[in-house]
Amino acid sequence: MQWLNVILQGVLIGGLYAMFAAGLSLIFGVMRLVNIAHGDLIVLAAYVSLMATQTFGMDPLGSLLLVVPAMALIGYGLQRGLLNRTLGDDLLPPLLVTFGLSIIIQNGLLELFTADSRKLQAGAIEIQTFQLAQNLWVGAFPLIQFVVAVAVIGGLQLLFYRTALGRALRATSDDQAVAQLMGLDTRHVFAVAMALSLAVIAIAGVFLAVRANFDPAIGPARLIFAFEAVIIGGLGSMWGTLAGGIILGVSQAIGAQIDPGWQLLAGHIVFLTILAVRPQGLFPKVSG
Amino acid sequence: MIVEHATRSSRIGVVLIAIALVVLALAPYWGDRQTLRLLAEMFTFIALASLWNLLAGYAGLVSVGQQAFVGLGGYVLFALAMLLDVNPILAIFVAGPIGALVAVPVALLIFRLRGAYFAIGTWVVAEVFRLLASQVSALGGGSGVSLPASVVLAMAPSRQMREFEMYWLALFLTVATLAAIFVLLRSRHGLALTAIRDNELAAQSTGIGVWGIKFAVYVLTGFGTAMVGAFIFLQKLRISPDTAFSVNDWTAFVIFITVIGGIGRIEGPIIGTIIFFALRQTFAGLGSLYLLMMGAVAIVVMLWAPKGLWGMVVERLGWQILPLQRHLVLRKDARGKP
Repeated sequence: MQWLNVILQGVLIGGLYAMFAAGLSLIFGVMRLVNIAHGDLIVLAAYVSLMATQTFGMDPLGSLLLVVPAMALIGYGLQRGLLNRTLGDDLLPPLLVTFGLSIIIQNGLLELFTADSRKLQAGAIEIQTFQLAQNLWVGAFPLIQFVVAVAVIGGLQLLFYRTALGRALRATSDDQAVAQLMGLDTRHVFAVAMALSLAVIAIAGVFLAVRANFDPAIGPARLIFAFEAVIIGGLGSMWGTLAGGIILGVSQAIGAQIDPGWQLLAGHIVFLTILAVRPQGLFPKVSG
Repeated sequence: MIVEHATRSSRIGVVLIAIALVVLALAPYWGDRQTLRLLAEMFTFIALASLWNLLAGYAGLVSVGQQAFVGLGGYVLFALAMLLDVNPILAIFVAGPIGALVAVPVALLIFRLRGAYFAIGTWVVAEVFRLLASQVSALGGGSGVSLPASVVLAMAPSRQMREFEMYWLALFLTVATLAAIFVLLRSRHGLALTAIRDNELAAQSTGIGVWGIKFAVYVLTGFGTAMVGAFIFLQKLRISPDTAFSVNDWTAFVIFITVIGGIGRIEGPIIGTIIFFALRQTFAGLGSLYLLMMGAVAIVVMLWAPKGLWGMVVERLGWQILPLQRHLVLRKDARGKP
């Protein structure tokens, strides 16, 4: 029963990783851009939420109403103003520009908020639990987080395959030049994709900030989790990303149960093993 | 028709380099301790940036995980010196082959990832190394360890002599790295690498074995980076997983140096290091604001001068310090025809 509990916790945290990963996977799918600053933007969302709760006395989950549009706006502006200039055949510019961006966000947050660890307080909901079976408990907050993650990924899936915007995103992903010929403004489509990506990680950032302590330096580790979940799940598949996040979460939970020093290592090892035996990921859709 | 490497600027450049080398080799006679330490640190960054430049600028392997090999070299040195009583200077030269040996399976694994995902893959490998290093309790685990005084004292009879030794070692490692890269680029494989740098697909279609060359470059870079890493931590006399595998120190700074100086040119990292250290000596007091500024400068350069400062010089003036570029010279033969 103890192991069942460990696995359950792993699955629930996996939902959070899947949200990190969905944002990364989305922009890679649409414009083949890998955003090195992805993790730092998650942390930025956590700080925006912190400001909202402190200034307006909002509840962390309520602050989503403010954080999600704010991050989406930042994403749109970032893509239009900066990242669109880096896209092209050459790999280096987007990589190095987002790497520079990552350094800027980290040090900017450090300058504004110091290196102190912060945490968002969500009140009673944080400690509420349900009993699933004898000796098997599940926290209300992790459960909400997981349900939200599934909803977000399901929502993205619907958006992609059922709406005009999704059609535009898929068309641009398939062939940028032809999409342009069909009258799509690809610069706008790219910016919308980045806005969506940051809206998703805004949700993830707020959940992260309620769950655990955060400081300006934890971004890169979130980028790595997101990346591992994407590769485990297979490029370009949204439900695969959810599976990837869950596998990563469960591996880390099992590792931590064996020895606390092995939590992160276990996740990396599972990732490297999958890379070795099945480099296209478990549920691949497009080749990168 | 013959192919020539040298141009007038490169002939001047070679003479200047020879003079600079003599002056630098004699630095212990004209510089004080602080100058020597600063120069030695600059040399290590020139070496690291040149290796990264070879990897990213020529072979198109943009790694953000070279700290894996810097840290590996450092830990190999500490393990050999502390656990096996190997002379630390000898240990630097053992770290190289070990770095290359470790690079082989790493390359086989992460070469499955392409482009930007390759970059993050290298980072994951560095993270794995960091976490593994913190599990080794014989080398201090997560909190790190200092090199025992006995090991340090055994290096040279006096403190001054040891400092000279370290300085010359740094100079030697950097010159050897640059020379190796120069020889590689002048060779047949260098021509292939330059072709890959300019257009990978075109290079492949002319029959260049792109995978093999990239693999070889990755392994060679692992060799060099581990040696430089071993030297760095012999200089610092203390190692911990967080400093050994620091992405800021061994990758962010190195990328900044290469991009500012000029990526894909052998002179770039040297120019970049000089600028980086000039900025650091002037603005380091600003702390995190300084880093923020550095990130902004890197973005600006990448967007508006993607070939860096040296690239601009080459484009405007056609200079090259080292005779690397191949020029086709049309000579008239006896009948006066080209």
